[in-house]
Amino acid sequence: MKQFLLDGQPVPFADGQSILEAARQAGHYIPSLCWHKDFPAHGSCKLCIVKAAGRHVSACATPAREGWEVESNTPEMNGERRGLLQMLFVEGNHFCPSCEKSGSCELQALGYEYEMLTSRFRHFYPDRPVDASHPDVLLDFNRCIFCELCVRASRDVDGKSVFALTGRGIHKHLVVNAESGRLADTDFSKDDMAAHICPVGVILHKGPGFAVPIGERTYDTSSIRSLKLQEEDS
Amino acid sequence: MSFELETAANRENLRRVAIDPVSRVEGHGKVTLLLDEAGHVKEARLHIVEFRGFEKFIQGRPYWEVPVMVQRLCGICPVSHHLAAAKALDPVVGALTLTPAAVKIRRLMHYGQILQSHALHFFHLSSPDLLFGFESPVQQRNIVGVAAAHPEVARQGVLLRKFGQEVIRITAGKRVHGTGAVPGGVNKSLTAAERDTLLADADQMIAWSHEAVHLARRLHESDRALYDEFGLFRSHLFSLVRADGAMDLYDGHLRLRDARGHIVKDAISCADYEQHIVEEVKPWSYMKFPFMQDLGPLKGWYKVGPLARVQNCDFIPSARAEAERQAFVAHGEGEPVHAPLAYHWARMIEMLHAAEVIRDLLNDPDLLSDQRMKEGTKGREGVGIIEAPRGTLIHHYRVDEDDLVSYCNLIVSTTHNNQAMNEAVRQVARRYLDGRQLTEGLLNHIEVAIRAFDPCLSCATHALGKMPLAVELLAADGSLADRAVTGS
Repeated sequence: MKQFLLDGQPVPFADGQSILEAARQAGHYIPSLCWHKDFPAHGSCKLCIVKAAGRHVSACATPAREGWEVESNTPEMNGERRGLLQMLFVEGNHFCPSCEKSGSCELQALGYEYEMLTSRFRHFYPDRPVDASHPDVLLDFNRCIFCELCVRASRDVDGKSVFALTGRGIHKHLVVNAESGRLADTDFSKDDMAAHICPVGVILHKGPGFAVPIGERTYDTSSIRSLKLQEEDS
Repeated sequence: MSFELETAANRENLRRVAIDPVSRVEGHGKVTLLLDEAGHVKEARLHIVEFRGFEKFIQGRPYWEVPVMVQRLCGICPVSHHLAAAKALDPVVGALTLTPAAVKIRRLMHYGQILQSHALHFFHLSSPDLLFGFESPVQQRNIVGVAAAHPEVARQGVLLRKFGQEVIRITAGKRVHGTGAVPGGVNKSLTAAERDTLLADADQMIAWSHEAVHLARRLHESDRALYDEFGLFRSHLFSLVRADGAMDLYDGHLRLRDARGHIVKDAISCADYEQHIVEEVKPWSYMKFPFMQDLGPLKGWYKVGPLARVQNCDFIPSARAEAERQAFVAHGEGEPVHAPLAYHWARMIEMLHAAEVIRDLLNDPDLLSDQRMKEGTKGREGVGIIEAPRGTLIHHYRVDEDDLVSYCNLIVSTTHNNQAMNEAVRQVARRYLDGRQLTEGLLNHIEVAIRAFDPCLSCATHALGKMPLAVELLAADGSLADRAVTGS
């Protein structure tokens, strides 16, 4: 079987498999936020950045190649990831202390995983009002990281195209695809795949709030690294 | 509307002494004194210069987020805000009553909070003043000094607080800023192992709390002239009491006694607080001045907290604390005790009560029940009132049809005591600072008076006695005549 070297360790892969998929299958963790096994690679969050053949590439969107030497879990790459995480944090309004997703949030878990101790950059403090119009689901746009998982799930699986990104560059933001812009005016349902795919705290089911006690949240006892690798095994 | 010494009649040619900052809750306060040429106090004000804005920025947030968010008001007594908010929002999810497990777990959390907060205040923050004297060497006047001179007292203080924090951790998930209470109930029960861990130490905590009551009482009775008179003023007393008149720090109705001890308002439903309490704004402080509407701002202000609660209730529903309450009441010889320094004694009686309540609750099997939540027909408004360690805490919310908070009013314990603390500062300034040269020890008298109310002074400003306090004496022309600094 073909293989490449990831941080000096041989990793087998099948033709067409990405570096990220092959690495996780072999028990090596490469982080991601926008990647999902049910969707084509998106390559937007850049957390899976690795150095392959001397170039920085997104591991989720780059097919593995025979004989490549790939650097991932190195101080340089992890430093890049920390910087990306810091940019994601300052770009939105992420107040973990009062966020019900705290403890189960992938962005927060990666902040811990990559030892993000400061915000480093100046906060943008964008003005992003919540959309609470839907009876079952609340949208808190403050926490959006533009992974487009909800966009893709709603469009490709639910067949509804409820969400979209709009605006350019620094003004990019998530919107609801309705004339009014309100979620209540779409055919969105709490049972949609899009209602369950957000890696952060944007798409929230009304009611449960802080029902899961501290100590029993997703990342209270296991790191995101080990949980993602367990998912791969199951 | 102005009180004696609140505003000088003629401010010209008066010397201004500013204590800035006086440490206080999560923010800053200062004391200003205006003195005439002979050094007589003409004006004394405790200004609260904090501005938090929670009432505004909670608007537009989902209601279920509120108990977790608003507790960030405070790092010392977040449980109080957490529970007051949850209580206020119970009707919003239609939980007009809670399950026995939920009520008891919340109560356990709250009394753990009372225990740890009272222990922190008495042992860590105030005992150095009380054990060594207000003008004792500043190097000694801290918890480390207490540990050196009275190691067993310090040890018990630290371990009492630790126990209270453990109660909070087990019920709320974290020692500070947990998530245990949710609208409609709680999110976790106790395991048998958690209960047994706490039970193992529960009786020891009662014994130590009992000793603490006796220590506070001994200190008070050993120098009655000082303790009974220092900063003395008389006012109404205000708190929650249980329907049968018992002390209840988690729930009940509101009661007001006058300075002579007569009940003037009773059985006020928490939901009706707005009909009785109004808040006056004064241009020199960000903290409002609450008073009873029908009595007016000059006569309608009151004290809250341990000194009010111990005397406002008819009895304390736990044996040892009730015996101590009776001894406390007897000290007043038929009149309510109003001395600010008696707060310490009353506070320790409450700590003993909290320890007894915790022990009794831990023996209740409902704590292990998984019947934690209730819901019903949703409401749109709720008022939650709780007796926080420092006094009556009011949370009031309205929620719109999309489940977002549309209105929030918080009246926190320290706010209720605003006028009372100002009075104490004025009494102390008049009695101790009038016409004298400033020393650190004299300044500490002001701090001692403020500290008696335990106005939620933050750990940072109170830590190890290094309360950052700078006092500058300016001449009439504004030049610096004298300066004294404590802490850093």
